[in-house]
Order: sequence, then C-alpha cells, then structure tokens
Amino acid sequence: MEQEAKCCACETLGTPEQAAQLKAVIEESKSTPGCLMHILQEAQGIYGYLPMQVQKTIAEGLGMSLSEVYGVVTFYSQFSLNPKGKNRISVCLGTACYVKGSDKVLEEVEKELGIKCGECTEDGLFSIDSCRCVGACGLAPVMMIGEEVYGKLTPDKVKGILDSYREATK
Amino acid sequence: MANVNLKINNIPVTVPEGTTILEAARIAHVTIPTLCYLKDVNCVGSCRMCLVEATGARGLVAACVYPVAEGMEVKTNTEKCRKSRKMTLELLLSKHKKECLACERAGNCELQRLSTEYGCDPQYFESDDERHPIDFSAPYVVRDRDKCINCTRCVAACNKQHVGAIGPIGRGYAAHIGSAFEMDLMASVCVGCGQCIVACPVGALRERTTVDDVWDAIADPAKKVVFFTAPSVRATLGEAFDLPVGTNVEGKMVAAIRRLGDVEVFNMDITADLTILEEANELIARIQKGGTLPMFTSCCPGWVKYVEQKHPEMIENLSTCKSPQEMFGGLLKTYYCEKNGIDPKDLYVVSVIPCTAKKYECTRPEMNGEVDNAITTRELARMIKTAGIDFNSLPEEKFDDPFATCSGGGTIFGATGGVMEAALRVAAKTLDGEFEVVDFPEVRGTAPIKEATYNVAGHEIRVAVASGLANAEEIIQGVQNGSRHYDFVEIMACPGGCVNGGGQPTLPDSIRNSMNLKDLRAAALYTSDEKNSIRRSSESPVIETIYKEYFGAPNSEKAHEVLHTHYHADKRI
Repeated sequence: MEQEAKCCACETLGTPEQAAQLKAVIEESKSTPGCLMHILQEAQGIYGYLPMQVQKTIAEGLGMSLSEVYGVVTFYSQFSLNPKGKNRISVCLGTACYVKGSDKVLEEVEKELGIKCGECTEDGLFSIDSCRCVGACGLAPVMMIGEEVYGKLTPDKVKGILDSYREATK
Repeated sequence: MANVNLKINNIPVTVPEGTTILEAARIAHVTIPTLCYLKDVNCVGSCRMCLVEATGARGLVAACVYPVAEGMEVKTNTEKCRKSRKMTLELLLSKHKKECLACERAGNCELQRLSTEYGCDPQYFESDDERHPIDFSAPYVVRDRDKCINCTRCVAACNKQHVGAIGPIGRGYAAHIGSAFEMDLMASVCVGCGQCIVACPVGALRERTTVDDVWDAIADPAKKVVFFTAPSVRATLGEAFDLPVGTNVEGKMVAAIRRLGDVEVFNMDITADLTILEEANELIARIQKGGTLPMFTSCCPGWVKYVEQKHPEMIENLSTCKSPQEMFGGLLKTYYCEKNGIDPKDLYVVSVIPCTAKKYECTRPEMNGEVDNAITTRELARMIKTAGIDFNSLPEEKFDDPFATCSGGGTIFGATGGVMEAALRVAAKTLDGEFEVVDFPEVRGTAPIKEATYNVAGHEIRVAVASGLANAEEIIQGVQNGSRHYDFVEIMACPGGCVNGGGQPTLPDSIRNSMNLKDLRAAALYTSDEKNSIRRSSESPVIETIYKEYFGAPNSEKAHEVLHTHYHADKRI
C-alpha cells in the first residue's frame, strides 16, 4: 500500500512525558549499529504512530537524514504515519484470504466507516489497515480487530461486527 | 594483494582480488551495460542491467557488485543475458514517461541509448498509472518523478554530499524517490548543488530553465543585455559540442555568446579577483582585530545554504563577501551603469554559471535582483544550438572591456583550492611586500581535504580546503570539537569545485566511469593561469581602476554596500 498520506499537523513531540520517553530511547540505543528499527518501534509504542516531529527528533539524534528515516518508515508496513484508532482493524489480504474475497470485505469496512485503508475515523474509534496473513488461513477470509480474530467473513457480516464495538463504547 | 586470473568472453584477464566483474571487464575492454552504477557514487547492484553469466554462480549475477574469483569464466553476451536486460529495460520503460521527442536528455539519455541498443518495445508492458505533478518548487532543480527509473544515483549523490534531501520511499511497485513526507524540494534540506542532476541517467532531474527570459530580454529593444561567464564554464562548455573533456573554449565561448544577439560578454574572473581583494583583506582584518576565525569562504551558494540550514551557529564564520556572481551583478548595476549613463533597470544581467544553486542565489532578497538571470553551462549550450551556431568553427574572440583583463588567480576559482590559492597570493603579498611566491601546490588537486600552514611576516596562517559537503561537514565537526585549527577555510559544495558543478554538461556513465572529470577540467584552468602574465588578483589593471574610480579601497564603506552581504539562520532537519 503506497503511503502517500502526509503527516497530520504534528509539530510537537506530544506530552512532555512522551518527549522524555522518546529522548531516553534514542540516548539508550544510539550507539548500537542498526538501532533505527528498534527506536522506530519504541517510538511507535510511545506515540501510536510516527509523526514528522518524532521522525525529525530520531533523525537528528542518530545523525541521519530525515529522508533516510522516512524511507525506512514507509518501507515497513508495521510503521504508521497516521494515528491509530481505539479499535485497530486489520484486514488480511494474504493469498488465502484474498482468493476467498477479503478485498470485498476491506471495501465494505471502508464504506461502513467512511475512511480509507491506512486512515483513522474522526472520532478515533476505528482505524483500518491491511496485513499479509495472520496464520488463520483455515478461517479465510479473516480480519482482526485489536487482538480478536473474525473468520469466514462476508461483506454482509461487517456492519454487525463494527456495531458491536460501537455499542461497547457507549 | 593477490591477483586473480579469469576469462571474460574467453579473453584472459588478471586483476587484483576483490575486483568486481564490471571493473575486470573494463580492463579486458568488454563493455557491460549499467544504469544504477556510477563510479565513486553509487554501487548497489539494483538495476539488474549488468547481469552476466559467471561460473560458480547460480543464475545471472550483477557484474557491478560481484567479485571475481580464480578461474572464473564470465560470459557477458549470451542470449540469457540479452533477454534479461531487454526485459529489465522494457519493465523500466513501462512506468517511464516517454516524452523522448522533447526531453532535454534526448540523445544523451542512458535509458534511451540502451533501449535502442537492445531493440526494446517501449509499449510492451505499458502501464496506465496516474502521473504525478512535476516538482517546480525550487529555482534550481526540477524533479519529474514519472521519468525516474529508481536507479538511486541521485540519492547516492545527495547522501555523498551529506545533505540527504531525497531518498527511496515506500516499497515494491509503489517505491519511488522523493523527499521525506513527500515535501517539495524547496521545503526540504536540499541546498541546490545539482549533483543529483549530473548523476541522473535520464531526464528526471534538470535545472529550472530560464532561457526563454534571456531570449525575451535580447529581443527587447529597451534592454541592454550583458552576459558574464564564470571561470569554469570555459573548461566544460566544449563537452556539449563533442570536444574532449578538459578543452578550454574561452575564445569560442565568447564568440558564440556574441552571436546570440546584440549583447556584451564579460569575464566573471574579474569579480573573482574582486572577491579575493575583499576576502583577503577581510581575513587580514579578522586576524589582526581578533574577529571570528576560522573564516569560511562564501562564494559557493550551495555551501552558504548548507551552513544556514545545518549549522546556523557557524554563520559568523562565513566571509561577508558576496559571491563573484553577485559582486558582478552589484558592480554592473552601480559602477558600470553610472560610468556609462545607463539606467540600472534597462540593464539585463545574465550570468553563465556551472551551478544550479546560483540560480537560487540571484533570487535571494538581499541580492536585490542585481543578476537578472543565471543560466547553467548546459542552458548556454542549448541556446547556442538553438541559434544555429556552428560552435566548433567559430573564431577565438576576446571578452569585452572594461572587464577583459583578469588575473590567473581569478581563473582558478573554478577548481577546488583555487580560491584559497588566489587569496594566499594576495594576502601574503599584502602582509609581506617581499613575498613573491604565487604557486601554492599544497592546496591544489582533488583530495577531499587539503591542509597547509604558511608563515608570512611573522603570522602563521593555517588553511584548509574542502570540496564536497561531506568533507565540509568533517571540517565543521573538527573545528567545533577542537580537533582542527584553521584561520581560513575554502569550501566548495561540489566535489572538485565548480568544474564539477551541478550545472555542467551531463556526461553519460560511459565517460564518467572511465575518466576523472574533475582533474581534466581543472587542468584547463590551471594551464590558463600559468599562461597569464598577471597571477595575483591585486595586480589586474581592471581591479586597480575599479578601486580607484569607485570603491576607494577593499572593505571600504562603499565596497561593503555593493560587494558584501549577510546571511540568515534557517535551521532544517
């Protein structure tokens, strides 16, 4: 999936606690060769995603160019440039799920939530991503919401599942 | 190191261990096609054009990165190799915006040449991908992503400059080259050096051309148009007309510009001389009055932009001298206009420069638009071709007065070490009237960093010269951490200096991989310097007249008004 999305207006480093945590991670790892991946993972753990200011701080801390950091972030699908929702939906587009019609499931999720894959709903409740195989091919097509796996899906089942999460937050 | 014997297309060749198949093939006079490989810049084995068959290897191997082995037999021209290369090319062509009829690299495009040689069908894998907007944000470099073939030569050139404005983004089919967060070049950390342009095998990167404005000015009867050419242009322009690298075409260049229209042609070496007078005196004043040292040269706008963006804390170290281009603009719009009774707004000043950053420099607000237009060596070559001028049969002509007679010191500005040497010639003579030496071989040549210490009139002057911004960064780090001590440092953003600038003729990899452009082009300037009876900038009669008639003395109030400038911190990550 091409990540064309520009970062939202994140010109700050979040809360002072988040900023301190990020700086600590960079300080702790920066002398280890090849530490960028680890720092990015930690940073995503702190912020939930990797906004521009976070990437700039990492680039400066490691003495790398921002374009190199951004190149790594956009290479690996595990890294996100956008904030994630409270409920993170991940639709499997691996071979088994795909031939069983998971693309139609993804389309339905996008339609139901009014956002595209890689984005987050305005209320912050849901975000959608795609993934490649969660190891449940026997249940194809599969999607995950948080840690929960939903198998043998059809597009008409999507609304009911999403509604159950909407209900749960009321 | 042990030698290795192998055969390439049955030709025996002996090379040192660790040599790649590509290098060994060159020694055996066998050409293997390449796209992503560029000597001293990029060697990643990603484009798959150089695939060959080699014994002991499974499948085809990339010759640019695969080391030779004892007894290896390499075949570079089998059906398997040809088929693979042809398919690679056709896949590249599937996404490439094929505007070849009017592409500025047509005839000089490495992808076009290989596609022709391999008889490719450009539509074989045609894609209907959406096209992307061309990045016109910067006055120096234009980037057309849809012509890019992801060879990463530009990325390597940019990283080698320690700038890192562009890099690969995304993966798989969607992978492309761009700036972080898809920001445009003007917003990125790009300094405009243009090394990416001369590294690009296709037309994805080019200067933002302003040639049409020059033609308009020439056609405007209300305008008086004057050109001036930077020192290094005479050493490279001939390449655009198939002359050997390193041919000095000063006389033909002047003749060609004169035939573009009713224009005058001046020699920028004169403001190189003027820069030296101002800069050498600024240095002496800093040494004697305890000013900020080391003093860095400021004639390279890519370097100035780098300091402003990356090391704003070092701005005080930059000389306040304008670059020779901007000094000429200032000189023409004041001294020259006053002397000849011309209204400055009727004078259209065109500089011909080896540089893309200079295009940006003349748009800087503090330069007051004194240079109306800056065109690269490449753009001048195109104008000469458009005008139907048969360059190689032109007579040798001389620059126009009053700016014709320059010193050799001004001429060598175009090569790394040249500014330093020219400054040393003047500074040493100023401090010690008996000092007659004009050759400072320690600061010549294309070594990344050159250092020397001179004792003049009881002063110890410690100097350093660096070209290429990665080397400049090393100097800055050393100065900041106290491991390097200098009084005066010359920096040129482009490796080798202006002779290797981002606005110079684009030569294909076949030439860049086989000869040292920097040395050959620089030699043309040093030869010209040697032949000049005036070696010291201060001894040019033109310079003497300019100071006598207008500025009084170097670093005078008037000189400061016209010939000096200031800089702005613009920290970027």
